[in-house]
Amino acid sequence: MRSFTPSRSSLLMAPALAWLTALMVVPCALVLALAFFRRGIYGGIEYSFTLENFGLVLDPLYAGIFLNSARIAGTATLIAVVIGYAAAYAIAAAPRRWQPVFLFFAVLPFWSNYLIRTYAWIVLLNREGLITQLLRWFGYTGEPPSMLYTEGAVIAGLVYNYLPFVILACYAPLSRLNPELAEASRDLGASTMTTFRRVILPLTVPGIAAGAVFVFVLSIGNFVTPALLGGGRFQMIGNLVYDQFLTANDWPFGAALAMALIAIMLLVLMAQALAADRAAGRTAEAKAAADG
Amino acid sequence: MAERSPGTRRTLWLVLTLVFAFLYIPIAVLVALSFNQGGLPTVWSGFSLKWYASLAGNAAILSAALNTLIVALVSTAIATLLGTLLAIGVEMRRQYGSGLEALIFAPMIIPDIVLAVALLSFFSMLDFTLGLHTIILAHVVFNLAFVCSVVRARLKSFDWSIVEASADLGASALTTFRRVTLPVILPAVVAGALLAFTLSVDEFIIAFFTAGAGRASTTLPMQIYSMIRFGITPEINALATIVMAVSITALTLSQRLNRGVIGQ
Repeated sequence: MRSFTPSRSSLLMAPALAWLTALMVVPCALVLALAFFRRGIYGGIEYSFTLENFGLVLDPLYAGIFLNSARIAGTATLIAVVIGYAAAYAIAAAPRRWQPVFLFFAVLPFWSNYLIRTYAWIVLLNREGLITQLLRWFGYTGEPPSMLYTEGAVIAGLVYNYLPFVILACYAPLSRLNPELAEASRDLGASTMTTFRRVILPLTVPGIAAGAVFVFVLSIGNFVTPALLGGGRFQMIGNLVYDQFLTANDWPFGAALAMALIAIMLLVLMAQALAADRAAGRTAEAKAAADG
Repeated sequence: MAERSPGTRRTLWLVLTLVFAFLYIPIAVLVALSFNQGGLPTVWSGFSLKWYASLAGNAAILSAALNTLIVALVSTAIATLLGTLLAIGVEMRRQYGSGLEALIFAPMIIPDIVLAVALLSFFSMLDFTLGLHTIILAHVVFNLAFVCSVVRARLKSFDWSIVEASADLGASALTTFRRVTLPVILPAVVAGALLAFTLSVDEFIIAFFTAGAGRASTTLPMQIYSMIRFGITPEINALATIVMAVSITALTLSQRLNRGVIGQ
């Protein structure tokens, strides 16, 4: 295409790329650099090189918070994937004309304010909240159960907030699934469970992986949910970063924590890419088998 | 899909019912309580609009709402312009470098808290005074990435030869853009702008870190956060209902304009 010289497209891209460079790349590089400096005696930054901050990340106290965050994020991911996959499966099995409607309403809550969706769970879970009142209505007379400010509350909040994305990610491959594959499997004598495990599930792994990665990455770096539903008792990495910058005033350590968070995210994304590659290979095999 | 037994069908409907109940009951409770007369935020005692009325008289909330509107409008305007140009530039060259893709994708995936502390460090190193303007600078970063991805999805099916035809017929680049390219991508541009607006209205952490101290630059999510944190009043249910209504309306409009693109 002769009229589209590279210089013209560069010109169009330049303002946005400059903005991203100045306000994302440079600040992130700055944080990376910050992680290698020392904390000043009265807060602030002392410009001498050190690896102490990364050492501190591995300190049992902080490594524990990392493991804790990974466990909470992992549990939330697992629950969200199971519920989300079941929902996506049910939507994909619904009559064709209803599918877009169901999908739209499954995703709609995702687009309302995150803080408000989290707050809604405070209303449900607090001592005089809806769940306690329901229990009373059923004749429960004891002490109201303490559900808020627990790890379970944090997990519930994370699942609730990110479930719509899992549904969306799993629906895409499920709706594209060739029904003849499942039929062929049944004709060959496989039970419903075997057909699901050996045919449907492997073909929809990319959707599951995309949904799982999304939930895990957003959960492990989450700040709002542990702060509001965990009541500050369940610290996650995001809260730790927040504290270093706004209360403890140890920016270099906060920077090292932020970089560790980015490293975890990159690792997870790489694992997903690998899984997607494998799944693509399997799909090609299945296709070849079906055609041959 | 293949025929299913009545039992399977019932199970599938049960799954759908439970999932939608899970998704909508918390929100429904909140909305219902916003019309609750009593002072207790969680016990029903009769219909009333008084919390909406008291919102209208709350100066802190009104000023936060105004700040949010300013931030969202300005950052959306800038992001829509830059994001659209970026999308056209990337799609017209048709050779996608992975570095470039990563740069455009990064703002959508980077944890908010990381971008927030990075921008705080950056602004304080440059001795920037923090305020609404720094929130705007920050919000454009992720907003332009989202606008770009929505517009790019539309451009994937764009026939570039009509742009060439327009140029061959003697139209200037600007005329070609105005008369040929823009009409085709306009629904996506508007959809992207609505998406950006909603994201900006709802964004909390980055705004919190780049707003600086003081009420003057408090945005609505920051106000909501402190209301949740320090003493819940029934006003917050009313405020939550209004904010949800606004963002859901904007997103529904966006979705209608640009079927399917947002989910991808």
